[in-house]
Amino acid sequence: MWIKVLLLIALAIVFVLGLRAPRGARHLALRRMGMGAFVLFAGASVIFPEIWNAMANALGVGRGTDLLLYTLIVACLVYVASSYLRFRELEAKVTLLARRIALDEASAPVFPVPEEVPPGRDDNQQRPISGR
Amino acid sequence: MNDDVWLIVPLFNEGAVIRDVVEDALQVFSNIVCVDDGSVDDSGAQAFAGGALVVRHPINLGQGAAIQTGLDYARAQQGSRYFVTFDSDGQHQAADALAMVNRLRSGDVDIVLGSRFLDDRTDVGPIKKVVLKVAVAFSNATTGVHLSDAHNGLRALNRVAARSLQIKQDRMAHASEIVEQIGKCGLRYAEYPVHIHYSDYSRNKGQSLLNSVNIMAELLYK
Repeated sequence: MWIKVLLLIALAIVFVLGLRAPRGARHLALRRMGMGAFVLFAGASVIFPEIWNAMANALGVGRGTDLLLYTLIVACLVYVASSYLRFRELEAKVTLLARRIALDEASAPVFPVPEEVPPGRDDNQQRPISGR
Repeated sequence: MNDDVWLIVPLFNEGAVIRDVVEDALQVFSNIVCVDDGSVDDSGAQAFAGGALVVRHPINLGQGAAIQTGLDYARAQQGSRYFVTFDSDGQHQAADALAMVNRLRSGDVDIVLGSRFLDDRTDVGPIKKVVLKVAVAFSNATTGVHLSDAHNGLRALNRVAARSLQIKQDRMAHASEIVEQIGKCGLRYAEYPVHIHYSDYSRNKGQSLLNSVNIMAELLYK
């Protein structure tokens, strides 16, 4: 029965990860270490394929192949969530670039306008659109 | 004549009607910027022929991105004080926009949002009405901003509001995002009754109700 709990937890993590992905160098390092561990484990399971059966038995799954399939599905979902996030980030950058091009190409003259600080917003969050 | 007002019209493949829409609005407002969102027809040229300024996205980004580009452009124009987001398919009335700007001129609010449900001029279909009302209830519950309509494209903003908004939702979820930011930035807001003219043309081009699923997903997974 442990496998059900584990799988549900894994699915919940994927859902939350999609909502708010952790960022930063620390997280990147953790992810890379995880990736390294994954490769080592993959190598180990090539050399000792029976460890899947042992793990499956410990978790209450019938065969090692079944456990492998479950893991594969979760891994696939993680991939979907993380590539979606990366895609959204890339899209945001493309938007800023395209906007910059559109404004630069606009025919009418653009004059700088003095700005006050808007309510509830840091100055450094402002995009420097009018500052030319 | 309303020289301090800029009409911001996000424009995507509306070549058939945009010229009339622009010429009509020019009767009331002298400054119109159409943000051509990478149209594949002659929308940009038609808008220009009608007398609007045209800013062109090199690729299609979505209506939210077009509105933000229009705001950035109009804010940088000398003497601009009020900004109106106005649909390109002819469903909005320039007279409503003018009334909303006049409401802003009184100085007690930063943003005026059009609403279809404050009077009975607009004929909203029964299914659409239910979906909109659910969206309104959701929006009121999650943003702390209390409105009677959701996803109404007619809005009037002063400089404070225009500067505070940072639309990051490129596609249709920007309407909810704007309401969310009104709440977060503490902008003073009001609603104004507007008449949405659903022509056969705009009905055919309008959003499918299924699109509300996309909007929910975009808001959740931003």
